[in-house]
Amino acid sequence: MSVTVVDARHLLCPLPVIRTQDAVGKLQPGDTVQVLCTDPGVVHDIPAWCRVHGHELCTITEQEYEIAISICIGGSGS
Amino acid sequence: MSRQPKAVALISGGLDSLLAARVVMEQGVHVEGINFYTGFCVEGHTHAIRKKDRARPRRNNALWSAEQLGIKLHIVDIIEEYKDVVINPKHGYGANLNPCLDCKIFMVDKAREWMDAHDFDFIITGEVIGQRPMSQRKDTMPVIARESGAADRLVRPLCAQNLPATLPEIRGWLERDKLYGFNGRSRKPQMALAKEFGFEDYAQPAGGCCFLTDRQYSVKLADLWATRGTREYDLDDIMLLKVGRHLRPRPHFKIIVGREEGENRFLEGYRKRFVHMLPTSHTGPLVLLDGEITPDDIELAARLTARFSQGRDAERVTIEVHGKSAATHSLDVVPLPTDEIPAGWYI
Repeated sequence: MSVTVVDARHLLCPLPVIRTQDAVGKLQPGDTVQVLCTDPGVVHDIPAWCRVHGHELCTITEQEYEIAISICIGGSGS
Repeated sequence: MSRQPKAVALISGGLDSLLAARVVMEQGVHVEGINFYTGFCVEGHTHAIRKKDRARPRRNNALWSAEQLGIKLHIVDIIEEYKDVVINPKHGYGANLNPCLDCKIFMVDKAREWMDAHDFDFIITGEVIGQRPMSQRKDTMPVIARESGAADRLVRPLCAQNLPATLPEIRGWLERDKLYGFNGRSRKPQMALAKEFGFEDYAQPAGGCCFLTDRQYSVKLADLWATRGTREYDLDDIMLLKVGRHLRPRPHFKIIVGREEGENRFLEGYRKRFVHMLPTSHTGPLVLLDGEITPDDIELAARLTARFSQGRDAERVTIEVHGKSAATHSLDVVPLPTDEIPAGWYI
């Protein structure tokens, strides 16, 4: 079970979603991705992307202007 | 075919592509969506940047469409490859710098590559004959099919009955009678079909989904190309054209003035790339200077910065100037009077 960090700070949507999608494509079910972002749009887009692809959104934490989203990779792949 | 046919649908986030995918799904075809990010897409950025726009729904409409359909959506970054479409459109531009026909050909071609790589059988688009003046005409439909290489594997379910039969129809994967014959600019048939499928709250067309169709944006892009002497651009260039007031007081430099807090914060991300300034004696914008900057330019830009600050009516405003390196100094300047800012400076 690996943890991969995606630094999507200062990128605007949908680029954080694309970077997340690219990272998830290389991982296995059960792995975790942590995405670091600054665009507030990610709190809508990344959960929507997870629902569409069958991945579990574990946590979203916001501090100042930085947002960290943790995703557990589901079994259906990307 | 022994297995379930599979189609990849171009999902823009608008109603037509949503309906087109659904019409094909109704016939038992496995559908997955694909959405291309060019860097010029309106969605997302503008809402994210400007504080005043934050009350608007911030959803990504393509992802919303995929959720409504219950399909996967693959979002593909085509920023680099798309440059050639913007710079050298074979079929030319529309009213602004929008290369709509070349864009559609390019996207269908990319979808064809994806289809081949993933062992899918055909491509779906939401095109309707007569819906758009440049790319969705009876005479351009075959051009897109031919030049994209998709040929008869390109299905337009909403107007298929007005077009020659495609491979999925000939092979019996799709029943032509269950496709549609929409034609023209009216949205009523699509709205009726949306109601039939139970789709509500879908994205309404509001000036297109691409900044290249926007006149003001195109003027700024043309200015960038003309002053640089090249049409090359990178993502930051085209992002910055979406933000702030752009004024070119001298041919060799322009300033980008944040219009509000959200834009100022966005421009802060570019501080290391540009000489920049901001008022310290009064509240005001972050201003980036783009070009070859001389000391005289700094003075002029500082006076403009003061003009766009809360100190516009003050006798003097203190402006902090930051070089690209760590060098910083302050200037006390007289705000430039509004009547000394020629309209021609605004890009």
